Amino acid sequence: MAALRGPAGRFRWRVRAVPGGARGAAGQQCYDLLVIGGGSGGLACAKEAAQLGKKVAVVDYVEPSPRGTRWGLGGTCVNVGCIPKKLMHQAALLGGSLHDASHFGWEVAQPIRHDWRKMAEAVQNYVKSLNWGHRVQLQDRKVKYFNFKASFVNKHTVCGVSKGGKETLLSAEHIVIATGGRPRYPTHIEGALEYGITSDDIFWLKESPGRTLVVGASYVALECAGFLTGLGLDATVMMRSVPLRAFDQQMASLVTNHMASHGTRFLRGCIPLKVERLSDGQLQVTWVDLASDRKDTGTFDTVLWAVGRVPETGSLNLEKAGVRTSPDTQKILVDAQEATSVPHIYAIGDVAEGRPELTPTAIMAGRLLARRLCGQSSDLMDYDNVPTTVFTPLEYGCVGLSEEEAVARHGEDSVEVYHAYYKPLEFTVPERDASQCYIKVVCLREPPRLVLGLHFLGPNAGEVTQGFALGIKCGASYEQVMRTVGIHPTCAEEVVKLRISKRSGLDPTVTGC
Amino acid sequence: MSPGPVRGATPNRRLGSVRGVSVLSPPGRRARPSAPETSRLSSAAREELRRRLLDLIEGHRVVIFSKSYCPHSARVKELFSSLGVECNILELDQVDNGASVQEVLSEITHQNTVPNIFVNKVHVGGCDRTFQAHQSGLLQKLLQEDPAYDYDLIVIGGGSGGLACAQEAAILGRKVMVLDFVAPSPQGTSWGLGGTCVNVGCVPKKLMHQAALLGQALTDSRRFGWEFSQQVKHNWGTLTEAVQTHVGSLNWGCRLSLREKAVAYVNAHGEFVEHHKVKATNGKGQKTCYTAAKFVIATGERPRYLGIQGAKEYCITSDDLFSLPYCPGATLVVGASYVALECAGFLAGLGLEVTVMVRSVLLRGFDQEMAERLGSSLERLGVRFLRKFVPVAVLQLQKGSPGKLKVVARSTEGPETVEGVYNTVLLAIGRDSCTKGIGLEKIGVKINEKNGKIPVNDMEQTNVPYVYAVGDVLEGKPQLTPVAMQAGKLLARRLFGGCLEKCDYVNVPTVVFTPLEYGCCGLSEERAAQEYQRENLEERVVGFHILGPNAGEITQGFAAAMKCGLTKRLLDDTVGIHPTCAEVFTTLEITKSSGLDIMQKGC
Repeated sequence: MAALRGPAGRFRWRVRAVPGGARGAAGQQCYDLLVIGGGSGGLACAKEAAQLGKKVAVVDYVEPSPRGTRWGLGGTCVNVGCIPKKLMHQAALLGGSLHDASHFGWEVAQPIRHDWRKMAEAVQNYVKSLNWGHRVQLQDRKVKYFNFKASFVNKHTVCGVSKGGKETLLSAEHIVIATGGRPRYPTHIEGALEYGITSDDIFWLKESPGRTLVVGASYVALECAGFLTGLGLDATVMMRSVPLRAFDQQMASLVTNHMASHGTRFLRGCIPLKVERLSDGQLQVTWVDLASDRKDTGTFDTVLWAVGRVPETGSLNLEKAGVRTSPDTQKILVDAQEATSVPHIYAIGDVAEGRPELTPTAIMAGRLLARRLCGQSSDLMDYDNVPTTVFTPLEYGCVGLSEEEAVARHGEDSVEVYHAYYKPLEFTVPERDASQCYIKVVCLREPPRLVLGLHFLGPNAGEVTQGFALGIKCGASYEQVMRTVGIHPTCAEEVVKLRISKRSGLDPTVTGC
Repeated sequence: MSPGPVRGATPNRRLGSVRGVSVLSPPGRRARPSAPETSRLSSAAREELRRRLLDLIEGHRVVIFSKSYCPHSARVKELFSSLGVECNILELDQVDNGASVQEVLSEITHQNTVPNIFVNKVHVGGCDRTFQAHQSGLLQKLLQEDPAYDYDLIVIGGGSGGLACAQEAAILGRKVMVLDFVAPSPQGTSWGLGGTCVNVGCVPKKLMHQAALLGQALTDSRRFGWEFSQQVKHNWGTLTEAVQTHVGSLNWGCRLSLREKAVAYVNAHGEFVEHHKVKATNGKGQKTCYTAAKFVIATGERPRYLGIQGAKEYCITSDDLFSLPYCPGATLVVGASYVALECAGFLAGLGLEVTVMVRSVLLRGFDQEMAERLGSSLERLGVRFLRKFVPVAVLQLQKGSPGKLKVVARSTEGPETVEGVYNTVLLAIGRDSCTKGIGLEKIGVKINEKNGKIPVNDMEQTNVPYVYAVGDVLEGKPQLTPVAMQAGKLLARRLFGGCLEKCDYVNVPTVVFTPLEYGCCGLSEERAAQEYQRENLEERVVGFHILGPNAGEITQGFAAAMKCGLTKRLLDDTVGIHPTCAEVFTTLEITKSSGLDIMQKGC
């Protein structure tokens, strides 16, 4: 074993007993690489390895949600994450555009209403086309795909169970676990499992969820509540403590302020106690306000739990292979090479301990892993300065450190924050409120003031943030960013015009001309 | 003869007013033996240094050229210190080019020793003469002498660059005036303070672009489940009114901002009448003269008219479009500049019938592949292109708002002519610098006679040392609002703030706000291929181009990254933001030379 752990041994492909054979001794199928989980990371890894000439199989199986929702190949992002979420976000933004349009001369007769069924169908059809696209891509790259539920038999063998209950043994030199996670149900709350839904279901609802209570303060919770509000539904967010924990808290409160001013209701410092179904079919939720210890109730059509996600490690029989997980999170422990406690078994994506739960990181990690496994490169995935965007109605994009984290790492005296409240040009004509359009750049105080973090709240934050993330990757200093000429008139140009430091106490509101 | 300015009150007639603070010793710099330095300045470098020195002298109340170890210098410093006078001291033994400075200084003053003292631009002399002047009272007189000019700075032109410069100078404590006057367009359109960007450029154009995008959003929204009446019309009047209301508020904001910073604003046409003196003529024809130590020309450009029959009578330009009191109807856009394509794009987006007449290529100077793709995207929106035609006559068929115009056009390749009938003809064939009629010839400011533009050095200084220029009037510089603002602001800081930073015109990003936006930064593929060998093109990022929604927002960050030395490797190492358009740049794998299919597939 010790020899195998050496740098050379780790990546060498063991010579197989059956050359090029698809079947091993006991009718089991042998692969160079077996990927468990057909989400963003798993598929990227499988396709890359196949392209580099390896014999690869992907095992993917979607356990239906407690509400019975199921979906096709592609994992969370494609089916119940980024893609449908961004499309529904877009639907909500278009509702805003309809309102703006009249100010720009478009004469649209009232009433304007939104048809959930129509939107959901369009979104679902698009998702299905992506499912199909993934199938085709695997086929094109000669990756074997099994719609199996997988569990380990031993270090090199996995047992796949088909929907019909048929078992197949698959063995491989290298195994990548990329099973991701699923929404957590607060099962200790009476009625939670019975009556609540999660983000696994919301995008596949055929009918409008109606008046909705979203429980949780994660970005999933805020994004869902945001687009529901934007579509004209009554949405309430109940959170125990702070929104967007681990994100910059000033930005987080601006995000929720914006949502609150656009109609999302917030119940802060509250936890749900039980959910009951009333005779008219509505759900009555009882909660307690932690500060006053007062109980209260409300009725909703839908209760959406967005209280975190649990890794899909429970049914993998990891102990049979000796793969260790974190006792706290149940996530798989990995090293910088993405290797688990068993050197030829790897874990990438949301299932791996300590990794950002983001599609592009999983994809990049998967591809880099495949290249290393194929001896194409030794590059490791760099998990620092990963940009991300929260697609709330006013989008929040960020990369690098939050202000709190920067201060914690470098000390308050060493950190300078430049910031601005700005007004997007497009907001002027329809007289949209821009009081939460805010940017801050967190940098070291010592010249040339290395940029540690960038936070942008405003329209198209995702698009704005990407390039700056690159800049930070290039080691951008505040001076360099300021020397960049703006693009007029955009929101992004405000980033390169940040002149007011927080420390100065000056008014950071951008004024005209 | 030196073209420098001549002022009777100044004993040394060779003093100009060039600013070159870079010769000032940076604080904390260690002394360096400078004696052995032999000066072998090229004539260009000598001239530059001379201009910088003159500028330094002109820009400060007291300037002492000194050596840190010289006892005479020390005495003079003590004298000024005892008088409580702040002085600017350049220690010639502590700067790299001290010997050269001394050499040029002796040319200027015929004195080759230190200390060498200037008070209020007057050469006082060395240590002894300074003490004599102190005893005779001349020094006090020189020190007290009011600035001989009305202003420290007069900016001609109240656009982005001019206002940025004026305000920054005022923030730095200078007495500043802005002269701005908008000559009405041939169609009689006129506007307020703020220049092209605010009134007839970026701002109204982006708002009309947004209006067009919202039209697309209306169509999209049905697919996303929004339901409303099929009858959707666009009301041009509502749009122009909204746009003009916003522009009006910006005009007002500019006025206010000048007032807050105590910049004198005069709504009058400025024209040099002699050195350091302009004549300001207001709308009523009243004339007033003002003098200043320094001037900045920021008069910008105006749309060019074709010298053909009917052009001035019947055609409009971008000067008129954004406040046009009636819907332009079927429109012929003449030209293929970004202005032409942007206008064509939003007019088509608002549902109008649009034809673009192009003499040769689209978006000259931009990457031609991107330009052609942009052209195709416009065609898909229903914009018709008439390529390789130029208009030869515009005839009015019918008066009205809009009326009917017949346009006769001739092929650029043969005798073929075509005729078309339009409601509106918009000329967007280029812009001319507003450098005529402002008296530049009176003070000897050189312009490029071919294009009317003003050549400047890397300090935005014209050939006349106290006259600077920023913005669209500059020769060979990007014509963009943020560039003008940056240049203006930095110029003021160099002139009055002791700052050294020059405006960096390299890798300036820009965006064409056509319905499908085109953002770019750095070199076009053509230029890159010229400047670098093709095989070297795949590592350092020398050009960035994107055609797609929100290209403006996307391009900015990439431009910042290019400032930081972006490489392809770093692009690949950067994690994408999913799902965005911008993330595509982090996964670009296919090289053009490979010839592989570049259609994006799946996740």
